[in-house]
Amino acid sequence: MEIKKTSKQYDVIIVGSGAGGGMATKVLSEAGLKVAVVESGPYYDPANPDQMTQLKWAWQSPRRGAGTTRPFGDFDQAYGGWDIDGEPYTQKNDTNFRWFRSRMLGGRTNHWGRISLRFGPNDFKKKSMDGLGEDWPITYEDLRPYYDKVDKLIGVFGTKENLYNDPDGFFLPPPKPRLHELYYIKAARKADIKVIPSRLSVITKRINNDRGVCFYCNGCARSCNVYADFSSGSCLIFPAQNAGGQIDLYVNSMVRTVETNFEGKATGVSYINKDDGNEYKLNGKVVVLAASACSSARILLNSKSKQHPNGLGNSSDLVGKYLHDSTGGDMMAFLPQLTNRKIYNEDGVGGMHVYSPWWLDNKKLDFPRGYHIEVWGGMGAPTYGTGFNVNHFNKFFGLKAGGYGDVLRSDMKKYYGSTIGFSGRGESVAMKSNYCEIDPNKVDKYGVPVLRFNYKWTDYEIKQAKHMQDTFEEIIHNMGGQPLWNKPGIESNYGLTKPGEIIHEVGTTRMGKNPKDSVVDQFERMHDVDNVFVVDAGPFVSQADKNPTWTIMALAWRASDHIVSEFKKQNF
Amino acid sequence: MKRRDSIKTITLGAIGASYLLNGCYGVTQEKIKRSLTRYKYGRTPQEKLYDDKLFSQEFFTDEELTILNKLCNLILPPNDYGSIEEAEVVQLIEFMAKDIPSYQKPLRDGIDWINEQSELNFNQKFIDISENSQKQIIDKIAYYDPNLDMNDLPDEVQWFNLLRNLTLTGYFTSEVGIKELGYKGNSPNVWDGVPQEVLDDHGLSYDEEWLSKFVDQSKRLDTAKWDEDGNLIS
Repeated sequence: MEIKKTSKQYDVIIVGSGAGGGMATKVLSEAGLKVAVVESGPYYDPANPDQMTQLKWAWQSPRRGAGTTRPFGDFDQAYGGWDIDGEPYTQKNDTNFRWFRSRMLGGRTNHWGRISLRFGPNDFKKKSMDGLGEDWPITYEDLRPYYDKVDKLIGVFGTKENLYNDPDGFFLPPPKPRLHELYYIKAARKADIKVIPSRLSVITKRINNDRGVCFYCNGCARSCNVYADFSSGSCLIFPAQNAGGQIDLYVNSMVRTVETNFEGKATGVSYINKDDGNEYKLNGKVVVLAASACSSARILLNSKSKQHPNGLGNSSDLVGKYLHDSTGGDMMAFLPQLTNRKIYNEDGVGGMHVYSPWWLDNKKLDFPRGYHIEVWGGMGAPTYGTGFNVNHFNKFFGLKAGGYGDVLRSDMKKYYGSTIGFSGRGESVAMKSNYCEIDPNKVDKYGVPVLRFNYKWTDYEIKQAKHMQDTFEEIIHNMGGQPLWNKPGIESNYGLTKPGEIIHEVGTTRMGKNPKDSVVDQFERMHDVDNVFVVDAGPFVSQADKNPTWTIMALAWRASDHIVSEFKKQNF
Repeated sequence: MKRRDSIKTITLGAIGASYLLNGCYGVTQEKIKRSLTRYKYGRTPQEKLYDDKLFSQEFFTDEELTILNKLCNLILPPNDYGSIEEAEVVQLIEFMAKDIPSYQKPLRDGIDWINEQSELNFNQKFIDISENSQKQIIDKIAYYDPNLDMNDLPDEVQWFNLLRNLTLTGYFTSEVGIKELGYKGNSPNVWDGVPQEVLDDHGLSYDEEWLSKFVDQSKRLDTAKWDEDGNLIS
């Protein structure tokens, strides 16, 4: 195929427009650099009425919001999912890795849970603490100023709690807990589990004049049309454009490779324009990969040349290795005290108003690393599935279920809003044996070789998942609830989610001091190629029991500052 | 001859009567098509194509739709808030049968089963027997022991459960159904905690030490400012 070249020359080409790519776009363009942002999906603006799903009702969808075409339902704002037509991935051995991709401007930031947790001091030196994995080449103090800047720029609600490994930031005030959350607080405290207000990037108090203030529709997964939640487009890329930044957006453009010259330095990227099927090349002095941990690894591994025979920047053979996702375990319960509820609007923000950060000391436990607990429930908006098994909870009263007629109406009202759910989200240990690589035998519909995954949870994660279930059991008991399904046992790894399902995949281009055992340096610059940076979650050395987005952005801001200073020194 | 075909042959004579009833229940493929042009819910072009493809297909026959409509009305009879027809429940079932093709066989087999029962017991198609007779058939499959696994129960019990699920979800996700349920959200508002009377009913309260930390909704539009230690000062 002929590659069409453009004569345009960019200072920086940014691949991907999610949390990392958006932050790089903002910082680099504000420094006066000319940037191209290459995004594999379409243009997306949460305020565009043709794309908007916020405030839609179930009946406005012919499937009442069911999850047939979008995995989290019709109104969720992720264009993509674990399975995308024509873009397969494969598995090695008995792996079942689940790779979620969202192909749109802003990527997965449009639908995520907005749980915005900084890593704590311990999270950067886990090897020093428990001998497993590797320490980061930076400390919390290195990243702290960037976390502070991210808090102030983007907005996150929370409370000062003085918890050593869950550091405080610059918080907006949190919303009051809902009824089921008050029950959770009481029951969790009885089990000596700490509960604090959530830390979510939702604007509960005005932060600037470009962004609206939350109006409590619970629709953050639908992306907010007044920009009161964090999405990369609305909070980073659009403001950067409005500030006069020199930014060219290339949408529906799937990057295939990073192009290099005879010295092995990057000269730009080649991408496939999904609209016309042709391949194009863009020229840039610096390439910033922010396509997501696995997509960036795929681009690097597909960028083979005489100078980089093992894939770009892969002399360590570690690109794709140390892939790890958060652990996950869930349980749900029926609360008899929440039957026949008085109905009022308890939508709140799009997520829980309280949560439990990791509260135990692993020295006293049979597994390393911790997890936090998210809590959910309430009188949510009816959508496809509401009313299924309408009176199944009759079993808790020794009654038959089913039937027909007006009794089903009263059953519906009796049990509406009577459940509570718990999700443990924890840290796994990064293993070299968990990785993605190029499948030599398969290409996607654009002709690009696809990823193949090899992943196996270890005893560490399985034991952690067991602990989650024991904890949920105790909390449910303390609140007088009835679990909705049997406690999962060893046969199902205690309900441990499949790797990839929590959508926190990180680690594929990990950072370190030594080029032999890491892919990028502390500024996310590739050891082997000094004009290529990776600013998604690929550089994470370890995951922490925190959601990755806030750390992706703090690191991307720090890397971008470094790129700007290198430009000033005329090093590119 | 397949069971379904045999039933078709047996019941051919009764079709005339069913057609007359269509007028009462009013759900036909023609009407379904007309009602499906109004959906606007932020689709991508590919998603829109997929929806359009499903809209252009017909799964249930008009006769089957009539039976479904009758069954849905037995499951949730109309009241002052609304009806199966206003909630467009049968339209939803037709759509879901195409959207989730694994629904097709059980839904259709169930309709065949209930016609078969009607023929056996009353010598007429289900739609042509009295409501009392219809209920006599349904009574045999409508209840189940919730301690058992649904998959272990007879096919017809599973079918009726599926139909009950689709009916309930269809009604309570419709405009009239949500109104009847009383759901108050999905609209701009200001959350300021659980109403006091509800807290009292449950014997719960907000922690004194927490109260000062929550958002003061009267100052939500004042721009946030912090001191250098991260204390909010606005």
